Amino acid sequence: MELLSGADMLVRSLQNENVKYVYGYPGGAVLHIYDALFRQDKIKHILVRHEQAATHMADAYARASGIPGVVLVTSGPGATNAVTGIATAFMDSIPMVAICGQVAHNMIGEDAFQETDMMGVSRPVVKHNMSIKHPSEIPMAVKKAFYLATTGRPGPVVIDVPKDMTTPTDKFKYEYPAEIRIRSYNPPSRGHSGQIKKAVELMLMASRPIILVGGGVIGGQASAELTQLAQKLNFPVTTTLMGLGGYPATDQQCLGMPGMHGSYEANMALHHSDLILNIGARFDDRVTNATEKFCPTAQIIHVDIDASSISKTIAADIPIVGPAMLVLKDMLTLLAKYKQQPNTQMLTTWWQQINQWRNRHGGRYEVSGGSAIKPQQVIETLYEVTRGEAYICSDVGQHQMFAAQYYKFDKPNRWINSGGLGTMGFGFPAAMGVKLNFPDAEVVCVTGEGSFQMNLQELSTCSQFDLPVKIVNLNNQSLGMVRQWQDMNYESRHSQSYMQSLPDFVKLVEAYGHVAIKVERMEDMKPAMEAALAMHDRLVFLDIYVDPKEHVYPMLVPKASMRDMWLSKTEKV
Amino acid sequence: MMRHIIAVLMENESGALSRVVGLFSQRNFNIETLNVAPTEDPTLSRLTVTTIGSDQVIEQITKQLNKLIEVVKLVDLTEGDHITRELMLVKIKAMGQRREEVKRLVDIFRGQIIDLTNRTYTVQMVGDQQKLDAFIEIVGEAYVMEVVRSGVCGIARSDKTLSI
Repeated sequence: MELLSGADMLVRSLQNENVKYVYGYPGGAVLHIYDALFRQDKIKHILVRHEQAATHMADAYARASGIPGVVLVTSGPGATNAVTGIATAFMDSIPMVAICGQVAHNMIGEDAFQETDMMGVSRPVVKHNMSIKHPSEIPMAVKKAFYLATTGRPGPVVIDVPKDMTTPTDKFKYEYPAEIRIRSYNPPSRGHSGQIKKAVELMLMASRPIILVGGGVIGGQASAELTQLAQKLNFPVTTTLMGLGGYPATDQQCLGMPGMHGSYEANMALHHSDLILNIGARFDDRVTNATEKFCPTAQIIHVDIDASSISKTIAADIPIVGPAMLVLKDMLTLLAKYKQQPNTQMLTTWWQQINQWRNRHGGRYEVSGGSAIKPQQVIETLYEVTRGEAYICSDVGQHQMFAAQYYKFDKPNRWINSGGLGTMGFGFPAAMGVKLNFPDAEVVCVTGEGSFQMNLQELSTCSQFDLPVKIVNLNNQSLGMVRQWQDMNYESRHSQSYMQSLPDFVKLVEAYGHVAIKVERMEDMKPAMEAALAMHDRLVFLDIYVDPKEHVYPMLVPKASMRDMWLSKTEKV
Repeated sequence: MMRHIIAVLMENESGALSRVVGLFSQRNFNIETLNVAPTEDPTLSRLTVTTIGSDQVIEQITKQLNKLIEVVKLVDLTEGDHITRELMLVKIKAMGQRREEVKRLVDIFRGQIIDLTNRTYTVQMVGDQQKLDAFIEIVGEAYVMEVVRSGVCGIARSDKTLSI
């Protein structure tokens, strides 16, 4: 058997996990590991300009592919800079393996240089973390990290590696474990058949059903089964922010997104439904509005791989703990056996009602005319010129909601955004992570001038590693979502939501060797976008000046039910 | 709102306890008492936590605890017949006539004097929470110098066990 140092074992273990890229930033505590990386060529290291970007790149790769990305950072500030990205992945149940350096084990607790208790700091925002106590533990720790990150409800796993665990001269036998079993960890393998049967019977009797699709359908790779079930039953479908693409958005049965900025028809249908089939959504407060007023007439079937997501905020009538894909398959099998069909007559009436809501076009923006650009028009144009096939990596704010509302995702894994944590600065590194791994795909970052400035240093990384992403900056010269809340709740006192001293983005982007185009008039927007997309091998930044006064609608009225919405600045229902 | 006693078997590993304690503060759950020690199987620790909450909160607590990777098994003892005990060490002022009186109270409560000086008794007492509370009350706050309580230990009645 081979003898390897801890550093070489770590790198070899990553190779054994078929890791292609590691996103990171070197520093004192991880120098042995960086040396081990240097002495091999199977894994390529992507040097970011800030550790947060490394985590978002790894995270976005997982969102697009289902395979966890790997982050490598040093101790202390390297690790704490990564925390935002780890928390982002945690909130959205995204698998990730983050390897964090640590001071030598005999110095832990002595406030050594660049020491942070990363085990303690990361504990609330990881699925699990572990500290290496002996170099020979490293292969099993890596195996365990990948296993935990990807099974059950996925999430980030941190491995804390004290520097002396990687000392080049301390060598141990290396063997990568073929299997792993953890006696205290048994993720659910299937849903309970009795519960599934009850659920199917309820579905067949429902007169006003609706399917609520969450991120669990994307992460659980269940969109094919879900689509089949929804179409077999002819039930309306609403996809949460994390579930976009889980059901084809252009299909007639799709009502769009529910919740705070959900579509009028999706919110109305939920509120009036008599059955909600929730697959992999966690009834987040941005979906439910006031929980005590949530969908008063609905019975709830809740399918989730994580038992603690069920009846956490909204009590479920039929809880089903299991992986979305297998539960849906079991439902389909059962449906095929049943003679009984869904209640067609009732469903027809229900669809008539839904179509009435739909035809109202509630919350749709008004075209201003002239040269002014509405942000929604930018997204619609982007959808048109990319034929709906791009990976859209969004930042956080109004532009995120516009992208979610107006870009119609027909496929899963194409919508990459920070839903749970709402991390500004996510979009650009996310786009880089997707582009690196899917070089032939069109990858667009939709951002705003606020979010973009939180990670713009990565323009440099894009030059170094040739990452020709396209950046659509909806520049409204203000923190749009903050401003909107201030307009609605604080009598338009725009406290700190105005972005003074904006840089000249064109010069800024050009300084990094990329292409930038400033767009101020409606008639220039589409040609500029087409020109940008035609430059396949260049990073192009489109600085698009949009109407700064625009709000996102619909918007749920605070502390009310799901049917209580603002549809425009003046229209409330 | 009811008091629940949750017994948890978990891996006897560094950091496992901080995950449990961290979970309670992160999720705004309440801890009344907590005790933890290794079991006869040195790879496992047993933790007993008493907490107060609505059924919905208790359901969340047990689900969230179960989700911790190092938690092997747990049971809400209050769901069935169970026995609880708590150990208390209490240092009491015992001088003059009071000395005999305290000794008598200790006997009535079936405690033991495990250390003494001319002026004090140190009493060991085992019982459920109410018994220990009652003893403190009857001795009188003015005479109680120091109290150490272990927190509740619990076990199910009958042949039911929490083991792997």
